[in-house]
Amino acid sequence: MSSDARDAVNAVASGTSSTSRARWIGFTTILYREFGRILRIWSQTILPSAVTATLYFVIFGSLIGRRVGQMGGFDYMQYIAPGLIMMAVITNAYANVVSSFFGAKFQKFLEEILVSPMPNWLIVLGYVGGGVLRGLLVGAIVTVVSLLFTHLAVHHVFIILAAVLLSAFVFALGGFINALFAKNFDQVNWIPTFILTPLTYFGGVFYSVSLLPEWAQKLSFVNPILHMVNAFRYGFLGISDVDVGTAFAIMLTFAVVLFWIAMRLMNRGAGLRE
Amino acid sequence: MQALSVRGLVKTYANGAQALKNIDLDVERGDFFALLGPNGAGKTTLIGILTSLVNKTAGSVSVFGKDIDQEHELAKSYIGVVPQELNLNMFESLETIVINQAGFYGIPREVARQRAEQYLTQLSLWDRRSRLARTLSGGMKRRLMIARALMHRPRLLILDEPTAGVDIEIRRSMWDFLRELNEQGTTIILTTHYLEEAEALCRNIAIINGGRIAARDSMQSLLRRLHSETFVLSLRQAIASAPLIAGHLIALIDPQTLEIELTQDQNLNEVFAALSASGVQVLSMRNKVNRLEEIFMRMVDESDADAPAGAAPAATVAKSHP
Repeated sequence: MSSDARDAVNAVASGTSSTSRARWIGFTTILYREFGRILRIWSQTILPSAVTATLYFVIFGSLIGRRVGQMGGFDYMQYIAPGLIMMAVITNAYANVVSSFFGAKFQKFLEEILVSPMPNWLIVLGYVGGGVLRGLLVGAIVTVVSLLFTHLAVHHVFIILAAVLLSAFVFALGGFINALFAKNFDQVNWIPTFILTPLTYFGGVFYSVSLLPEWAQKLSFVNPILHMVNAFRYGFLGISDVDVGTAFAIMLTFAVVLFWIAMRLMNRGAGLRE
Repeated sequence: MQALSVRGLVKTYANGAQALKNIDLDVERGDFFALLGPNGAGKTTLIGILTSLVNKTAGSVSVFGKDIDQEHELAKSYIGVVPQELNLNMFESLETIVINQAGFYGIPREVARQRAEQYLTQLSLWDRRSRLARTLSGGMKRRLMIARALMHRPRLLILDEPTAGVDIEIRRSMWDFLRELNEQGTTIILTTHYLEEAEALCRNIAIINGGRIAARDSMQSLLRRLHSETFVLSLRQAIASAPLIAGHLIALIDPQTLEIELTQDQNLNEVFAALSASGVQVLSMRNKVNRLEEIFMRMVDESDADAPAGAAPAATVAKSHP
């Protein structure tokens, strides 16, 4: 019997049927574990975004929004709803991966996966998948909250889905890279606090960039979150401050570049292997 | 085919410390192999490289003929590892931990559930399967790590200090379990600071010191290198001075305890006959130190003496005394 044939027999004997099936099982195991973690600590993972979104709708939507009037031809509450959903998706996708992956690294149980035959790309996709899962879950909850305050039309369902999935994927990858570099919990919080939050607030969630002076508009276009929020808003309301095609090109570029960076770091063992 | 073949393995850390210096090592299929050495000798670095947790600087490693660089996934699927440090997710239940581990190796959940029951039962943890890992005692956590490492039925099981902090009764039951596993065909590499454990379980041994292999032999032939042993004799009645027996070095430790050193060409019958003739009655006898410990200390000392001046810091750290 050739060594490959013997290996195949051993694989079957050990309970695995094929490489692709084994990889699928590995991937879903990470997702299953991540989902279990999201549910186990729901008061940290799910509840805060629902509370924050409610506060935004009450304060910005009901109290201040009435005085703002219309924006982009829509009621202010309706205008900010897609942005608030996207904000929840982005922050949760990022936060899930950075805290879960860093926690596993810090407590060393990440070694369970690192010693296994799972290839690096699958480990990246597993954790990023967990981030996307939480982003979508919280996004769905914030959508339900927003429906308590305003009406949301669906202009382009595929644009909504593509924008939310790509945005969650990009920021989950960002969280993964952050976790690779982080050496302590301060470094886990540094990027979300000092980079992600300002970019989100200047990302056109609460206003149209057309209200800004020209130099500020140009500066805003460098912000990827502006493109994500506007592509998502276009899916609901059919209006956007940016070209939707360009927005998707930017999201795709970020997804590819960040995945490439994450893979290079994983293959080098950065932050994981001495 | 060797279970493990290591050639020219070198590891230099970023701070310049050379943990492994051109190591060659073979472990036969089906062996129960001891890898011993003082703290900082390079054992954990070597295990880290075998299990892909540490990047090597140079050299090659193959597991059952599969190179860990060329046939990475296959080589890793052959290895199960029980690390020295606890690396459990303390907020997961025992059953979840072992089933997830099987999942990372591509084993379907229904198969994993059966194996979870099998291994958790064998390691006396099945009753606690729903408890969180953090609620377990130290010994239970160690057994859980063994169960976890076995879930994909590895051909090569690497145990890095598996019985550290485990009480004697459980340690003995773990020995029985590991012996049985080895008899069923699993190759086992064991590092331990309990040298009696290595002597009781292992057939072959390598002593690593200062990043080099100081000795590699079968357990029996290594122990035969021990030229003399010291025995401690407990006496029935107190005596005032050590009896004189020609050709033997005898010391009176206290009025009822003698220490006697015997070389390989001497025998205990002569000693007992001479003691009897002197009216000294012996109640019991034991080795002063474990035989492997004796040879281990000598090998490490010789290896330190052979090391070039200014050699690696790993060789200068404190030796372990079990």
